[in-house]
Amino acid sequence: MKPPPDGDADGTFGPNAQGAPEGFIMAMTLDLSRWQFGITTVFHFMFVPLTIGLALLLAIMQTAAHRTRKDAERHDKWDHMTRFWRRLFLINFAVGVVTGIVQEFQFGMNWSVYSRYVGSVFGAPLAVEALLAFFLESTFLGIWIFGKGRVSARVHLASIWLVSIGTMLSALFILAANAWMQHPVGYKVVGNRAVMTNFWAVMTNSTLIGSFLHVLFSALVTSTMLILGVSAWHLLKDRRAGHTPQQVFATSAKLALVVGAVAIVATMFFGDNQARIMERQQPMKMAAAEAIYNTQNGASFSLLTIGDLSGNPIFQIRLPHMLSVLADNNWDGPVQGINQIQAKEVAKYGPGNYKPILWVTYWTFRIMVGCGILMLLLLAEGLWLMRRRRLEQSAWFLRFSVFAIALPFIANTTGWIFTEMGRQPWVVYGLLKTSQAVSHIGTGYVVTSLVGFTAIYSLLAAIDFGLMARFARGEGETDDHDDEPEPEPGDNRVPALVY
Amino acid sequence: MALTLASVQSAHSGLEVFWFIIIAILWSGYFVLEGFDFGVGILLGVLGRDDLDRRVLINTIGPVWDGNEVWLLVAGGATFAAFPNWYATLFSGFYLPLFLILAALIFRGVAFEFRAKRTLPAWRLAWDHAIFWGSLIPALLWGVAFANILRGVPIGANFTYLGSFFNLLNPYALLGGVTTLLLFTLHGAVFASLRTTDDLKARASQAAKVLAPAATAAIVAFLAWTYVNAHNAHNTGLVPPLVPILTIASIAVVGWLLREHLDGWAFVATAVGLICLVATIFLNLYPRVMVSSISPAYDLTIGNSASAPYTLKVMTIVALIFTPLVLLYQGWSYWVFRGRLSRPAQPGPVAPVAGTGFDTSPLTESGTS
Repeated sequence: MKPPPDGDADGTFGPNAQGAPEGFIMAMTLDLSRWQFGITTVFHFMFVPLTIGLALLLAIMQTAAHRTRKDAERHDKWDHMTRFWRRLFLINFAVGVVTGIVQEFQFGMNWSVYSRYVGSVFGAPLAVEALLAFFLESTFLGIWIFGKGRVSARVHLASIWLVSIGTMLSALFILAANAWMQHPVGYKVVGNRAVMTNFWAVMTNSTLIGSFLHVLFSALVTSTMLILGVSAWHLLKDRRAGHTPQQVFATSAKLALVVGAVAIVATMFFGDNQARIMERQQPMKMAAAEAIYNTQNGASFSLLTIGDLSGNPIFQIRLPHMLSVLADNNWDGPVQGINQIQAKEVAKYGPGNYKPILWVTYWTFRIMVGCGILMLLLLAEGLWLMRRRRLEQSAWFLRFSVFAIALPFIANTTGWIFTEMGRQPWVVYGLLKTSQAVSHIGTGYVVTSLVGFTAIYSLLAAIDFGLMARFARGEGETDDHDDEPEPEPGDNRVPALVY
Repeated sequence: MALTLASVQSAHSGLEVFWFIIIAILWSGYFVLEGFDFGVGILLGVLGRDDLDRRVLINTIGPVWDGNEVWLLVAGGATFAAFPNWYATLFSGFYLPLFLILAALIFRGVAFEFRAKRTLPAWRLAWDHAIFWGSLIPALLWGVAFANILRGVPIGANFTYLGSFFNLLNPYALLGGVTTLLLFTLHGAVFASLRTTDDLKARASQAAKVLAPAATAAIVAFLAWTYVNAHNAHNTGLVPPLVPILTIASIAVVGWLLREHLDGWAFVATAVGLICLVATIFLNLYPRVMVSSISPAYDLTIGNSASAPYTLKVMTIVALIFTPLVLLYQGWSYWVFRGRLSRPAQPGPVAPVAGTGFDTSPLTESGTS
């Protein structure tokens, strides 16, 4: 549990130090820090897309309830929808918030060399995110949860819209920081650090626009798949019991199908847009996604490979010319191979291995795209059933929808693993390698925090999943007085204890 | 040897000084706001005799605790952007305490939301423990951290932290921790007495009266030791004597204000005490941001830690535009929730919300109840 011994006093100890014991400790610290960042971030991003998507959908539902307030029957339906999904939203929101706190600090904790190097550029969007987005969403979420009857109905409605805007702003600024790591712009290197020269360039990074919209729409897909799946579970149960389907869930399913179908198409469109940008900005990642070793024209798209990825597969399925079309919008367009890019990068950046771990990039990319296609098919089928007014009766569709709740989460996770692992060995593409970015701290510290965070996050995920499942099934017991009549205006003694 | 204001201005750019002040303000805001919700969390078991009591207490901070915690996130983000070296050395150096703080804040945050979601007594009790420890650990460790920043920790060349976890557990820093713990608990007790009624209010007020002398003793001891340290190191920074005196006076007067039933003024006094404490620390630090115990040559200062001037300029513009807006709506949310909470005469229905929760609805069939 001691930090690496001496060597620091004269400043020679560092990522490039050659001494065996220090080198070994640093390698361990590096690997464990990477695992910790990966685990905490993947966990965080299980909850975030649901927060972003559900906030917007709740804002839409509450707006519908507000607009129909003179029509009791329609108003009740929308109001019940808002209250049902709101419980799931809040359980999920809490975990998203607390796992996000760690993100604000762990750059400094485990990646202090990175933090010193990029702080001037990368720190700015993080600070702006906290100031603009976190205050907005936390303050107005408080108003939204506790303020019913204490602020006017309009202000209450406005507060959920402001929460939704806050979640999107948060995504925009954190993705601006990430986009800069993928494709640094608006900076110059002064001495031993990157210095921002143009904030506007950072915020209009070509990589940012595609990835922001890709993430935003995939968040909508995530929340609509949850709403669809939970609604399907209730519709199935009613069908089995011979009840008429509950309006709340029939309407929720339909809303989810319409929004989800638009969102999945948009997600794919901006994903494809990102692929083209990636081929120009990070050709190695594109080649690694496909495990293409040598540059070729009219490259085929590999659907799946069994066996070795290095060119001698046991079995594979390929779609001719598709990769060239995806990457270059051209039937016979060139796609660069890993070997050629490696040679180029050696010439540009010096000796080293510039290849990411191929099986990771190849399979995460395929799993992400595969889940996306499955969701597209499911949502298209659902829309068709809806048009034929057979949605509530189609047992197999409803059953599949319940299991399909997992699909967006798998796609979100593999998508981020692909993006981040595909950029390796760089932490900031072309500027700073991950191996140079880690803090000079003792392995014991990182083991402690890695084990600690993993245990805490696993526990939270299990509890969160259990609570979500209870409330999704409508079996949640709670004594929050959410369903009580609203207090009289001006009554400051709040009888409704929300928590 | 106090620095004169003129030499200060010539040594550092205005924007660096400006961001040092902004970060001091952010920490003051964090201590004042999250301070009382830490205090309420620490006193949850003492003031709350039963589940309903504890729910009333949690609801006094329910709408605002999350927004209060954002002050910490903004302080973290602002330090990263404005003083990358400070951010990097502080959080990699204070690795384990920060991990403990983060773990505590995680449990505490979900506890507020999860606690009410089941009625099982063991479930409630577990989350009550999470709220207690989740409030106590950061309340203690923030004091330990700031005392160490000011006292000095082993920082070598290139801003590298050379100490271990145990360097941070010295008597002075532990006194700092006890001081913030007592101040936040007192601050929370006064807040609870302002936001509740009847028995709860009486117990909160009583707790505050008991805590006030202890907090006063702690702050006197801590500031005296701080002065001795600064005097021995021949670096008393820029602290006008008025600031630490005001810190002590504000806390010392709380007990009297409570006996005179001036609860609102008592809350103002604890808030002013916390602000002046942060001000004393930052004024004593200036122009340093972290003190090296090895050599003053290795101190982190606003000059050698600062970001590029362009970044500071952009951040200044953003901060000047949006901070007033944030203060306005956060202040408004406090206004909305200004009323006192009392125990409902009849505890609400604790029965499970059966079916979909809409059993009374004419639109649904209550098939599952």
